[in-house]
Amino acid sequence: MRSYVPNTEKERMEMLADIGMSSMDELFKDIPADLKLDRPLDLPEPMSEMELRDLIRGFVYMNEEGGPLFRGAGAYRHYIPSVIPQLVMRSEFYTAYTPYQAEMSQGMLQSLFEYQTVICRLTGLDAANASVYDGATAAAEAMLMLRDNKRKKKILYSAALNPDVITVMHTYGHCAGLELVEIPVTDKGVSDIEAIRSNMEGAAGYIGANPNYYGNLEPMDEIAEAVHAANGLLVAYVNPITLGVIKRPADYGADIAIGDGQPLGIPLSFGGPYVGFMAATKKLMRNLPGRIAGETRDAEGNRVFVLTLQAREQHIRREMASSNICSNQMLCAIMASMYCCVMGPNGMREVAEQNIAKAHLLADKLTRIEGVKLRWPETPFFNEFVIDVDNAAEISKALENYSITGGLVLKDGGMLWCATETNSVDEFDFVCDIIQDTIDSMGGDE
Amino acid sequence: MRSEYKLIFERSHEGRRAYDLPKCDAPDATDRIPESMRAAEPLRLPELGEVDLVRHFTNLSRRNFGVDNGFYPLGSCTMKYNPKINEELAPMFEDVHPLLAPEMAQGCLALMADMEHMLCEICGMDAFTLQPAAGAHGELTGLMHIRAYHEHRGDLERKVIIVPDAAHGTNPASAAMAGFKVKEIKSAPDGGVDLDALRAAVGPDTAGLMLTNPSTLGLFERNIKEIAKIVHEAGGLLYYDGANLNAIMGIVRPGDMGFDVMHINLHKTFSTPHGGGGPGSGPVGVKSHLIPFMPVPRIEQKDGLLTLNYDKPDSIGKIKSFYGNFGVIAKAYCYIRSLGAAGLKEASENAVLNANYIMNKLRGVYEIPHDRTCMHECVVTPGELMNYGVNTSDIAKALIDRGYHPPTIYFPLIVHEAMMIEPTESESRETLDEFIEAMKDIAEQVKVDAAAIHAAPVTTPVGRPDEVTAARKPIVKYEPETV
Amino acid sequence: MTPNDRKYTRDHEWVMVEGNVAKMGITAHAAEALGDIVYVELPAVGDETVIGESYCVVESVKASSSVFSAVTGTVVEVNEELDAAPEKLNEDAFENFIAAVEFTEINEDELMDAEEYDKFCAEEE
Repeated sequence: MRSYVPNTEKERMEMLADIGMSSMDELFKDIPADLKLDRPLDLPEPMSEMELRDLIRGFVYMNEEGGPLFRGAGAYRHYIPSVIPQLVMRSEFYTAYTPYQAEMSQGMLQSLFEYQTVICRLTGLDAANASVYDGATAAAEAMLMLRDNKRKKKILYSAALNPDVITVMHTYGHCAGLELVEIPVTDKGVSDIEAIRSNMEGAAGYIGANPNYYGNLEPMDEIAEAVHAANGLLVAYVNPITLGVIKRPADYGADIAIGDGQPLGIPLSFGGPYVGFMAATKKLMRNLPGRIAGETRDAEGNRVFVLTLQAREQHIRREMASSNICSNQMLCAIMASMYCCVMGPNGMREVAEQNIAKAHLLADKLTRIEGVKLRWPETPFFNEFVIDVDNAAEISKALENYSITGGLVLKDGGMLWCATETNSVDEFDFVCDIIQDTIDSMGGDE
Repeated sequence: MRSEYKLIFERSHEGRRAYDLPKCDAPDATDRIPESMRAAEPLRLPELGEVDLVRHFTNLSRRNFGVDNGFYPLGSCTMKYNPKINEELAPMFEDVHPLLAPEMAQGCLALMADMEHMLCEICGMDAFTLQPAAGAHGELTGLMHIRAYHEHRGDLERKVIIVPDAAHGTNPASAAMAGFKVKEIKSAPDGGVDLDALRAAVGPDTAGLMLTNPSTLGLFERNIKEIAKIVHEAGGLLYYDGANLNAIMGIVRPGDMGFDVMHINLHKTFSTPHGGGGPGSGPVGVKSHLIPFMPVPRIEQKDGLLTLNYDKPDSIGKIKSFYGNFGVIAKAYCYIRSLGAAGLKEASENAVLNANYIMNKLRGVYEIPHDRTCMHECVVTPGELMNYGVNTSDIAKALIDRGYHPPTIYFPLIVHEAMMIEPTESESRETLDEFIEAMKDIAEQVKVDAAAIHAAPVTTPVGRPDEVTAARKPIVKYEPETV
Repeated sequence: MTPNDRKYTRDHEWVMVEGNVAKMGITAHAAEALGDIVYVELPAVGDETVIGESYCVVESVKASSSVFSAVTGTVVEVNEELDAAPEKLNEDAFENFIAAVEFTEINEDELMDAEEYDKFCAEEE
């Protein structure tokens, strides 16, 4: 039987004798007898490493993945430089708990301080926390920041946020008693600025994405103006991989920037673990939830990093805390930070440029097929875009038969396509051929 | 030993690079994005060669301490060994996109469905969701179930969650975040729930009670049946904080104790590494009457295929993107499949044995405020050592110099100068003996040379940080121009 | 030590009334109990306060403490200096007010004078 308990049966009995007991059962005498489980747990038999490996491989083979991927919608396949998985496997990092004892946790604390600095530089803002669970929970926490800072319960959000993000915001918002007002999408595929203007009265602020769920780049300058004119706060939900080329949240005056750090070197892993990043202006720093690493000195004057501003947090404020977050996603945060440091300013620009180049070429090639149209041809996009085509579901199925994961079929029948640096032009041509064939065969049936 | 360590930004040299991308096979299209939407400046990120970057992080890791470095008896955190095979197997799912058609992700879904089923059996619950990303996130999710349950019944006055004063800080914080008022009740002198105080606290406004069992004092709540009865008769529900589940696997189940809803910390009980503060995973289990409120999607079997069902009109909604921290869940799954029923029970038994062994050997040297058989952790205090002018924090720092991660300190709040020691089942008798000797040695040194204890730690790269300045004048990012 | 020119609450706050405006702060005893104060979460001008309810939070490194109002009314002035220099409350808690409130209600019976307050503190020890 597999066991990670080092002490032998003999040693255990000696230890029991040491504390004046003769059996393990005696240790549990405080538990009422009628509550105790009177049978073994009904679980599968234990396994050796070799058997376990085969079992997990079996699950892996049950998945049909690994082929070309043209799907994003909140989780993206980007190339992950090999130094990242190698370095995060340093067990001094991954087998540590939260760095409560600063003197023996300088590695993690400095890494977090570097991560926070990276997030500040990506967003242009003054302060970042040490991460939250993911982009959706970052948005939920941002709502609470708006509420606390403005002491208003009305919050506007864009209908062009990722639908998962919107659902999570509503789940949290219901509990917090917030009034969430959805701003519709215009016929250009971006948030309706007039609707923002007319709804801002009494609102703490507005949460919108750039690029939005449909891949479209939003007129953030004008949105910021509309939100600030009504004395509200602007929360920009951004895809960090865009920021090597696209304007940073501070450039258009965002007060808070949030998003999911997954595109920065974190694998897809069927939806998690990812990392939610949150940055804010200096004025809003104390409204940030969760852990924050800070710089200070020891008695000899050495630079030391610590968890700071802790009196905001749950373990001190208890029911008065704005957020209950305790564990976050520190290891993923470090991966994101490493990614940005591997890439540097030029790599971040180049990867963004490649995404733009590939996505636009794919869009061009797809729309050359008769019956395929870009839904918002005049709206700029980054690495995702929506096409309208009849029989999207059949196209999706046809691609799957070639182990290709095509654009996500939307509820309205459109397809949300994504291309990153990991996709090649050869793949585009192959995909277009399959789509052409599918359309032709559908036509033939009519 | 003391040494500062440069930030990665301080190692940057313009023009160096560690990245490598293939030549782009598509024509540049950057100018198809209007200039007004593009950034004017390059990002201010460091530029390093790969070897310097690797050394930076490798040497940073050497300024850190994990379970693989040594004994880490951090109470309430269950710092058990993280099996290496699990680290190797979980990444096999790394390239699976969460929005694949379910037919293409049957392996991931099967693993999750199986995991939900096993957690139900271990905890005595009827259904589990794997969606919450951490323990506190699980608490919030579980409390949302309690809220939805009362709302659904039209029982709208139930707005109070009762929390014992010994509870983890996350409990009241989660309750407040779920929109409840928090009523704190004092613990009885034996550290358990004060039944009279509980009876006085419950009423028509009671939504539920949050309880950790074993408690944060490491003691099993002997009156649990009576507690469940009081809360249920008042119309409230019972929430189980699973932080201390490592004490009771295969021995007693929260569901059988009368709890209606609970969370588990996979990064504690089920051996997934905590990553220096996350990612964790906080699955939530419920009894049948709460199933309709579980987060969507639910994994369901349909025509021989596992599917994701979003059509649950009474669901609380979603509490996270996608389905949970799958990479963490997969490691915990490996752990449970490795150990099986007997192995899990063995783990809990030895966790409890190790804690009692330590407590027993520290008796007389440190004070044990609630001196009875403990579960997987014990709480001790410096007791009379305080007379020499040292406190719990000093003892913690002295332990660092002796090669140990200190216990959890100053928690639970109801014990003055608490040290909460949780050895876990992973530790051998020699490790425990050496730790006990270190604790005794510190106690002796306190009596003869308290100043040396105040100076600790001396073996670490930095000394005790000035936390007051850190909080008064926060520096939370590298800004060379302001230094 | 404890100034005679004002009144005190059982939660270790002071209140100094001039006309219909009450200046409020925390006592030296409270500041000492908290330790090094690192942050004062000030109310905003225009905020409403209610007798016995929190209008401000004072933080040390490892604790946070609500400050309760002795009056019901509207905040007309806050001590912005505490934003940049919270340590002033440690240096001289009686010289540094937190907020001034134009009040509509004050419960004089619940308040203590300096002598009574000192006695109250001694009994609490």
